[in-house]
Amino acid sequence: MKRIKTLNTRNLKESMKKGGCGECQTSCQSACKTSCTVGNQSCENQ
Amino acid sequence: MVHQYKNNGYNIVLDVNSGMVHVVDDLIYDIIELYKEAPKDEKHLVSEKEKETIINKLTDKYQGQGYAALFDEYKEEGKSVESAVKEAVSEVEELIAEGALFTEDIYENYISEFKSRQTVVKALCLHIAHDCNLACKYCFAEEGEYQGRRALMSYEVGKQALDFLIAHSGNRKNLEVDFFGGEPLMNFDVVKRLVEYGREQEKIHNKKFRFTLTTNGILLNDEVMEFANREMGNVVLSIDGRKEINDLMRPSRNGKGSYDIILPKFKKVAESRNQNNYYVRGTFTHNNLDFSEDVIHLAELGFKQISVEPVVALPEESYAIKEGDVEKVYEEYDKLAAYILKKKQAGEGFNFFHFMIDLSGGPCVAKRLSGCGSGTEYMAVTPWGDLYPCHQFVGEEQYLMGNVFEGVKKAELQEEFRCCNVYSKEKCKDCFAKFYCSGGCAANAYKFHGSIHDAYDIGCKLERKRVECALMIKAAEAAFQEEADELEATL
Repeated sequence: MKRIKTLNTRNLKESMKKGGCGECQTSCQSACKTSCTVGNQSCENQ
Repeated sequence: MVHQYKNNGYNIVLDVNSGMVHVVDDLIYDIIELYKEAPKDEKHLVSEKEKETIINKLTDKYQGQGYAALFDEYKEEGKSVESAVKEAVSEVEELIAEGALFTEDIYENYISEFKSRQTVVKALCLHIAHDCNLACKYCFAEEGEYQGRRALMSYEVGKQALDFLIAHSGNRKNLEVDFFGGEPLMNFDVVKRLVEYGREQEKIHNKKFRFTLTTNGILLNDEVMEFANREMGNVVLSIDGRKEINDLMRPSRNGKGSYDIILPKFKKVAESRNQNNYYVRGTFTHNNLDFSEDVIHLAELGFKQISVEPVVALPEESYAIKEGDVEKVYEEYDKLAAYILKKKQAGEGFNFFHFMIDLSGGPCVAKRLSGCGSGTEYMAVTPWGDLYPCHQFVGEEQYLMGNVFEGVKKAELQEEFRCCNVYSKEKCKDCFAKFYCSGGCAANAYKFHGSIHDAYDIGCKLERKRVECALMIKAAEAAFQEEADELEATL
């Protein structure tokens, strides 16, 4: 495409297939203790 | 749902439900804007008549002065602006056909099923000490005492907490334990003994403990550092930034500032961990709305893992972030994002926790939409062994869930937390950031609105801004990479 650059992104719909194993870190267990930040957490199952 | 915005010279289009991020030129940006408003069919396409209206409208606009650069290539080929607009519309329709634009939210039933599964406990926040050797003015633990009395957790209570965690963790292998306070190093001996006990038990039960220590640094010494570097997967070091800012809000009990005591120790910890697996973590308040200067200060001191977060305080507190402060905070986030990019380009990059985003390998959609896990997967344990949904609920008696000896006794309370997710919150319905905050912090919602199914409005605004900055940084990094690749190809 000439005018659109799509960043290398994991399609969330695809993540339904193998997601939900629950092995990932709980959201509040890193630097945050006052907000909820999940977008930066890594998947333990990849 | 599509969210589009302009930041730092980039036009960014986020297809919210697929998570796809597109960086586009002005023409595509306008087309998507018009598509957003137009009625669409089941394939998310607009009618031919509507398409023609859009093409005419944009042809008129782009034939005007000031847009020539967008059409250079076409002019050289002798083509019209109209044909360029038509081609751009085709590009947009291609994205739609690929399932990367105007995708639907198909997750509600999936999340409902996911949330109704049998959950296990995977993390505990151990309040090793309800006492502190600092008197930070914004502390939600009220100088460590959490609306109660001063106390240190005994080894027996801590041991029982680890047993409780193992017993309720099902098949999950990785278990997380945060040594928290007050100030946990005021009870360091118990921390050491609990880690030793945990290491014994993980072998027996085929588990792996990941320990974290959150400390204000006053009692940090070589023995603690050596221990932390051996046993702690993460260390959170509390410092607010510039000396005068830190010392204003983080004085000791005799009123003196803590900066000069803690800084040399924190530098040593960071270096001894090879600038990884730690955070220097600060809080900004109404008193330092120019907090980007604090982040920059920490970066200039050489720290590579930095988190500086907005205080969460009710408006009657003088230091609270208020509605009137939001615009200034936005400006600061923009300034900080630009600074981070500049440093990255110069090979002096650092991580700012709230701008970190993993687009290619981040969490699955179940994780993103199912809430923070407080009260079910994550609980806080007081020095007496009482269980609360999370550290911020400690001291709120109606949220006392049980204790580590008898387990969770208030099933209805746990059920309320189990049901808490993005779809249980009206405010999340039309929010583009819901896949990045999972519905926000339950404790903040309770603090401001008395319900965990609500959302803390200023917190939401700041979260949305942070997501925008984080995506802009990704867009800029991709552009740098492309430039570098092109340059390499010409060599």
